[in-house]
Amino acid sequence: MLQNITIFPGVDKGGRQENFDYITLKAGETVSIVGPTGSGKTALITDVELLAQGDTATRRRVLVNGELPPDEIRYNPALKPIVMITQNTKCFADLSVEEFLQIHARARKIDDRQVIRATIDLANKFTGEKIKDDYKVTILSGGQTRSLLIADAILIGAAPIILMDEIENAGIFRQEVINLIQNTGKIVVFVTHDPVIALLTETRVIMENGAVKKVLRQNELEITAAKNLLEIDKKIGVIREELRAGKAITNELMAVNFAS
Amino acid sequence: MRIAFLKIDVVKAFEDLELNKEFGILTRKVYSGDLCPDHAEVMILGDTVDWAENNAADLLIVESAGLCLRCSPYLNQGLGIIVLSSISGIHTPEKMGAMVSLADVAVITKIDLVSQAEREVLIQKIKEVHPNIALMETNALQGNSLNRLYDLIKNSAAIDKSNLFLKGNPPLGTCTICVGKKEIGWQHHFGVIQKLDGPIAEYLYRGE
Ligand SMILES: Nc1nc2c(ncn2[C@@H]2O[C@H](COP(=O)(O)OP(=O)(O)OP(=O)(O)O)[C@@H](O)[C@H]2O)c(=O)[nH]1
Ligand SMILES: Nc1ncnc2c1ncn2[C@@H]1O[C@H](COP(=O)(O)OP(=O)(O)OP(=O)(O)O)[C@@H](O)[C@H]1O
Ligand SMILES: [Mg+2]
Repeated sequence: MLQNITIFPGVDKGGRQENFDYITLKAGETVSIVGPTGSGKTALITDVELLAQGDTATRRRVLVNGELPPDEIRYNPALKPIVMITQNTKCFADLSVEEFLQIHARARKIDDRQVIRATIDLANKFTGEKIKDDYKVTILSGGQTRSLLIADAILIGAAPIILMDEIENAGIFRQEVINLIQNTGKIVVFVTHDPVIALLTETRVIMENGAVKKVLRQNELEITAAKNLLEIDKKIGVIREELRAGKAITNELMAVNFAS
Repeated sequence: MRIAFLKIDVVKAFEDLELNKEFGILTRKVYSGDLCPDHAEVMILGDTVDWAENNAADLLIVESAGLCLRCSPYLNQGLGIIVLSSISGIHTPEKMGAMVSLADVAVITKIDLVSQAEREVLIQKIKEVHPNIALMETNALQGNSLNRLYDLIKNSAAIDKSNLFLKGNPPLGTCTICVGKKEIGWQHHFGVIQKLDGPIAEYLYRGE
């Protein structure tokens, strides 16, 4: 059973020691990682994904339930308690969507035959244009690829730690994703430039120059701010979908969404 | 640890210069030309072990181009390591034959370029070819997450150079290696032979 993971400090890009004792993330906790581009956000979650032991560029170490993770956990996908959605929006494997998911299910030792169907159906909830079973994964668009990989992470990876790198960037229905993984008892980590996601998480890690600069807890005011932002975000979402569908902006649309 | 490095390639290689410059280790290279790189290795590896030993090396790294994939350069001793890029194609593990199925260790590189799921799909493909291979993944530009490889190398047994054999079975053929002689060192072979220093015998070598 996964209770927590602990990250021990490494060094920043200049080789200077990071300024924290350790960061513990507990089951059920939501975390965002924010900071300028190139500040080391992806590097931090990659350390978690690789369960780094001082053998990455950052020299960080990661413990699982307070203990050194054994080799089997580091190197066997079937035992790895972590799924990660990376910034990549391409697949290179010459496989159909169905074959790709079947092999991944074997890698993760998932026997359930329904899981492939369920994963494709779930992916299609996140994306506009539908993904079909017999599409080659290589022809999927960036957004379709990420939708598929997110659905795969949730249903086939099905791990207690889920790391997501800038899911807002793929043009997918991110709120659907967030609703699905919240309150599932997982450790959920978002690398994000999106203020709504950042304010909605309980813990906020701020990065700079390859190092953790600060760790903040969500305060009361931020919970309210997040709710307001979420409302605005929904309104923007309605307009986005209208535009995507080829509609023009009308007075009614603006009145419904932004009348104050 | 004192390291010696040999690159066997077909027409052109720069690793000897690059690695010497970057890490200050002892390096050299051999071009196999019209020979297959595995054949060239069988010929010169005996001499190469002597060369590494005479230079007091603790570790000898041999990088081979290994092109036709029918054979493999792995020996009965030491560690056989296949380095495979994440984007080399999903069917590569099956297509590479003995290069994968006889390796002790597989190192998957370029994991920074693909999703976690795609990495795991490739790993699964490798495991289906070779269930007991020791697998690890890295972003080779940073040398991420390779402690396991370093440990395997540190803990590997010393070489007994009088007992070096090819691990795999060579194909049927008419050259000494092709007919099944697996002893390392040109002294054990005839036909097309090659020494570490010096050209391939003129009278049997038909190059450009
Ligand atoms: N992004 C990324 N690039 C890599 C990685 N490993 C190697 N490269 C790049 O890939 C290219 C080829 O790398 P090499 O190490 O020369 O590949 P190789 O397999 O030894 O090539 P040959 O010796 O010619 O067979 C170079 O431009 C490297 O910088 C990696 O893990 N990630
Ligand atoms: N502590 C560190 N030491 C050395 N290199 C580092 C460190 N942290 C990050 N880097 C390197 O700096 C580069 C940029 O980092 P990274 O990709 O993590 O940035 P990011 O915050 O995710 O940026 P973006 O918002 O553009 O995705 C990468 O090559 C990464 O490996
Ligand atoms: Mg990033």
